[in-house]
Amino acid sequence: MKRSSVWAWVTFIVGASYFFIPLIATLEFSLRMRRGEYSFDAYRIVFGDDRFQATFSFSVIIAVFTILLGVLVVVPTAYWIRLRMPHLRPIVEFITLLPLIIPAIVIVFGYIRMYGSNSPLPFLATTWGTNALLTIGYATLALPYMYRAVDTGLRTIDVRTLTEAAQILGAGWATIITRIILPNVLIAVLSGAFLTFAIVIGEFTMASLLNRPAFGPYLQNIGANRAYEPAALAIIAFAITWGCMSVIQFLARFAPRSANRPN
Amino acid sequence: MAESFLSIRNVKKSFGAATVVQDFNLDVGRGEFVSFLGPSGCGKTTVLRMVAGFEEPSAGRISIGGQDVTRLKPNQRNIGMVFQAYALFPNLTVAQNIAFGLRVAGVGKAETDKRVAEMLDLIKLPEYGSRYPYQLSGGQQQRVALARALAPKPKVLLLDEPLSALDAKVRVSLRDEIRAIQRNLGITTIFVTHDQEEALSISDRIVVMYNGRAEQLGTPFEIYNRPATKFVANFVGTLNVLEGTVADPAAGTVRVNDGEVVLKGKLNGARPGETLSLALRPEAISLGRQPGRDASLGGRISEVSFLGSVIRVKVGLGSNSVSLDTFNNPASPPPVVGEQAEISFSSVDVLVLHD
Repeated sequence: MKRSSVWAWVTFIVGASYFFIPLIATLEFSLRMRRGEYSFDAYRIVFGDDRFQATFSFSVIIAVFTILLGVLVVVPTAYWIRLRMPHLRPIVEFITLLPLIIPAIVIVFGYIRMYGSNSPLPFLATTWGTNALLTIGYATLALPYMYRAVDTGLRTIDVRTLTEAAQILGAGWATIITRIILPNVLIAVLSGAFLTFAIVIGEFTMASLLNRPAFGPYLQNIGANRAYEPAALAIIAFAITWGCMSVIQFLARFAPRSANRPN
Repeated sequence: MAESFLSIRNVKKSFGAATVVQDFNLDVGRGEFVSFLGPSGCGKTTVLRMVAGFEEPSAGRISIGGQDVTRLKPNQRNIGMVFQAYALFPNLTVAQNIAFGLRVAGVGKAETDKRVAEMLDLIKLPEYGSRYPYQLSGGQQQRVALARALAPKPKVLLLDEPLSALDAKVRVSLRDEIRAIQRNLGITTIFVTHDQEEALSISDRIVVMYNGRAEQLGTPFEIYNRPATKFVANFVGTLNVLEGTVADPAAGTVRVNDGEVVLKGKLNGARPGETLSLALRPEAISLGRQPGRDASLGGRISEVSFLGSVIRVKVGLGSNSVSLDTFNNPASPPPVVGEQAEISFSSVDVLVLHD
């Protein structure tokens, strides 16, 4: 074996250990609820907990709406920037990165000040309004991931020529976006969607400060009061995230292959 | 030319301070095949894009079949277009690509399927309907793009350098195929190219463009044999240009270095001492004095390239030089560099060029 190959393996083993040992330890701990033997008791308790089901369902619904909002905002924007305003791309990229720089707590305090029950836009006066605000907030938090995913997808196709080819064949904007652009960046959109899903499922700050019954605050609550269940929840959260990643990988196989850049 | 079907009148296009098309006029007859020929940046694609509706003219008017389309959107013009980069929709099969325009127009499924089959037959790819664009070669993709453009029965077909991305052999065969299909369907066509051979071989008429202007409009024969400007003469075909000075306009004599050429009837309006550019195609020049050639100039051979069946000879004539081809004759040795030589030509073949 070559010397460089040995070092590559050493680096891989160190990295994998760093990642997997805490995970294996957490898994092992989550199975030790019953004294003297391994069991899934912690998981059974978690899955049987009404709050788990309620908060998880709430977060899934909010995630779905967040994804829809993200797609509706990001796909036409990224498409239009590529097609007609490429000079604005650096500015738009900077704006989409802001949620990574500005902490969620700053955004949510801004929301509370701006959209309180006495403001002209009293989102926080009703439950539906607060849920809508939470969805908008999550769409903002997911913006860096969704925009980059869609923009990367658009980079793989000749947006301008495909648009013109569709236009000259009689298509309007809605047909062009739904039948030509979106199907060709669908995998990129799905990547962004699953990343959004993963963010929304685990998000704590916004949901907690807007006092919504989301999965993030539930995780925190369980973690503060129980021993084995938090470990089980951590493993469940990992499984959800990995599941999302696997779905992205699986769906990537079905991506339309570009005529000019066959895979 | 038959009655004008596509009319472009006084069209101008500016991008900010830069004017890329100036006062462009063209009438294309129904079923005519017109090529826009010119170097990169001459404005040919911009004119085509204005006809398609992708660019709006800064001034002027475009009409198709008597209808003013100048301000119409591309999807309202009923024009077919083939792009240099094929532009097939990667997510759709060949059949779905061809059917796209028909579906958008709301044509029924049975009629769409029939038309798609017709188009696949037309481009000689009847078995390829279920394939995706990435499964086709460049030539096949461009044929599908042509079928897609023709399927909705457009009034005008625009071809934007459709052969540029293909290799030489495919380019020639597809060129002939495009022309045959165009003749067969009788569709009015504008073809943009920077390749003179393509334009000469395929077109009914050619518009040679330079700096946003139409330098000359004519048949391939006229463009090649009677170029109207120095640019056209230089751009189309190979040309030897000799700088000369008008000696006697009435007698038609022009001094070229130490020699003199008589060009009767070609110096209308010229003044004594005026500098002129005289152009000669290589095939119009012979090495040595030949019968039937009334003009000759003396010079020195500066370069000889042996190309097998042909020998390319460059002859220096003072500050000028001309290139000519002679057939290889195994019985006589090729000319030698540095030798004195005389070239001869017929004065009727001399083109007097104006800038």
